[in-house]
Amino acid sequence: MAIGYLSVIALIPLAAVLARSTEGGVDGFWTAVSNPQAWAALRLTLVASLIVVVVNAVLGTVIAWVLVRDEFAGKSAVGSLIDLPFALPTIVAGLTLLALYGPDGPFGVNVAFTRFSVVLALLFVTLPFVVRAVQPVLLELDREMEEAAESLGATRTMVFRRVILPSLSPAIIAGCGLAFARAVGEFGSLVLITGNLPFKTQAASVFIFSQVESDDVTGAAAVSVVLLAISFMVLLGFGRLARKAVRYAG
Amino acid sequence: MRGRLALRGIVLGYLGLLLALPVGLVFYRAFEDGFAAFWNAVSTPEAMHAFWLTCVMVAVAVPLNTLFGVLCAVVLVRQEFRGRAALNAAIDLPFAVSPVVIGLALILVYGRDGWIGDWLAENGIRVIFSPVGMVLATIFVSLPFVVREVVPVLREIGTEQEQAAATLGASPLQAFLRVTLPAIRWGVAYGVVLTTARALGEFGAISVVSGKLSGRTETLTLFVENRFQRFDLTGAYAASVVLALLALGTLLSMNLLRPKEGR
Repeated sequence: MAIGYLSVIALIPLAAVLARSTEGGVDGFWTAVSNPQAWAALRLTLVASLIVVVVNAVLGTVIAWVLVRDEFAGKSAVGSLIDLPFALPTIVAGLTLLALYGPDGPFGVNVAFTRFSVVLALLFVTLPFVVRAVQPVLLELDREMEEAAESLGATRTMVFRRVILPSLSPAIIAGCGLAFARAVGEFGSLVLITGNLPFKTQAASVFIFSQVESDDVTGAAAVSVVLLAISFMVLLGFGRLARKAVRYAG
Repeated sequence: MRGRLALRGIVLGYLGLLLALPVGLVFYRAFEDGFAAFWNAVSTPEAMHAFWLTCVMVAVAVPLNTLFGVLCAVVLVRQEFRGRAALNAAIDLPFAVSPVVIGLALILVYGRDGWIGDWLAENGIRVIFSPVGMVLATIFVSLPFVVREVVPVLREIGTEQEQAAATLGASPLQAFLRVTLPAIRWGVAYGVVLTTARALGEFGAISVVSGKLSGRTETLTLFVENRFQRFDLTGAYAASVVLALLALGTLLSMNLLRPKEGR
C-alpha cells in the first residue's frame, strides 16, 4: 500500500517526465538541452550552486561552532532562527531579500536582476543544511582530545585542522550535498529578485517554468532530466565522499 | 578570546544581513501605513480566498501524508523485503527534485496530452488548472517529512514492548494503537509540523499546475507573487507577513517538540 501511494503520487509522474524527454529520440533530447538559453541557465545554476556550497561549508561550520562553543545572551534565539529558511515559504524569502537588497532598499544597495541576486537567494534557502548537520557532531565531540593536543603544544589552528576538522568533515560534506541538491532545484525564491533575464539571471528551474508556460513541454522535460541527473549525482557523490571522510576520521 | 568575539561577530552579522534584517523589513513595510492598511490588504475577497485555498491544501495533504508516513515507516523498519533499500531511497525523491519539475511531471500525467489526460477529459475531470492538481502537487512535495521523523524513533524503541503486548493476547492492531503509536507520537508530531510548513509554503509546483486564476486557483503564496507583479506592494507584503507568522508559529512548535523527541 505504501508503495502504491508513493507510485501514484511521485514515481509515475516522474517516469512521465523521463518518457517525454526522450520522445524525440536522442536528437530531440540533445536539441532541447543544447539550446543556448537552456545551456546558459544550466551553467548559471551549477556555478551559483557551487559558490553557495563553498560559502555554506565555511560559514555553516562557523555558525555551528559559535552556536555550540560560544555563550552569549540571546544565543538560543539565534539558534532557532537558523531553521527559519526551512519554515518560510520560498516566495516570501525572495520578497524579503528584494525588500532589503532591491531598488527600494533602505541601504541603497540594489542587487536585484544581477547574478549576485541568484547567489543571495540560494544562500538564504540553503543556510540550515550545513549548520544542522555539523551542530550535533560538534556537541558530541570529545573535548579531551583537543585539550590533549593543546597540552602537547599544538596551536589553536593546528588543533582545528588536525583534530576538529577531520571529525566534522563527514557532516560538512553531507550538509553540502543536501544544500547543493536544494540549490540546483530552487525556484520560488528566485522568481522575484532575479528578474529571470535569459542568458543573465535565468536559472535552470526558472527556464523550465518558462518553457512550460510557452507550451514547449518536451523541451522542459529534457532540461528537467538533466537537472534530475545532476541532483542525483551530487547526492550520490557527496554521500560517497562523506563515507570516505568517515573512514579517514576513524 | 579575541578570535571568539570575531567569530561571534561574523556569525551574527551574516545571520542579521541574510535573515533577520530582510524579514524584519517586510514586517515593517507591511505595517508602514498602519494596521488598517494591512487589514484592508488581507481582507480582500481574493486574499481571503487564497488563504482559504491554502488551508484546503494543508487539510488534505497533511492527514494523507501523515497516514502514509507512519505506515511507510512501519514497513521500512519492521518488515524485511526485497527492494526495501530502493523504497527507502525513493521516499527522499521529493527532496531531490525541483518543485518546477514536480509540477511538470503532474502535467505530463494529468494534463491535456498527458498519459491519462484524454480519459480525464472524456469523463469531465479537471486536474491541471484546478485545485485537485494543486493538492497532488502539495502532497508530492511534502511526502517525506513524517517518514523521515518516524523511522529513527521506531528503530530506537525496538520491538520488545510490541512482542510483550502480543504474548499478552493483543492483536497486531491493538499492539500498534496501544503500544507503538504512543511511543512514536512526538516523532509523528514533529513530522506533521514540518509537513504543514512545507504544504503552507509550497510555490513552485503549485505555480506550474494552477494556471494562476485569481480568486479560483490561487493560494496565499501565489497571491504574494500576483500582488507583487501588479505593483500592489502593500498587498504582497501583507500576505507575506501572514505566511511569515505561520512560519514563525511552525518554528515555535518545532522548538517545543524537539526536546521531547529524546524521551
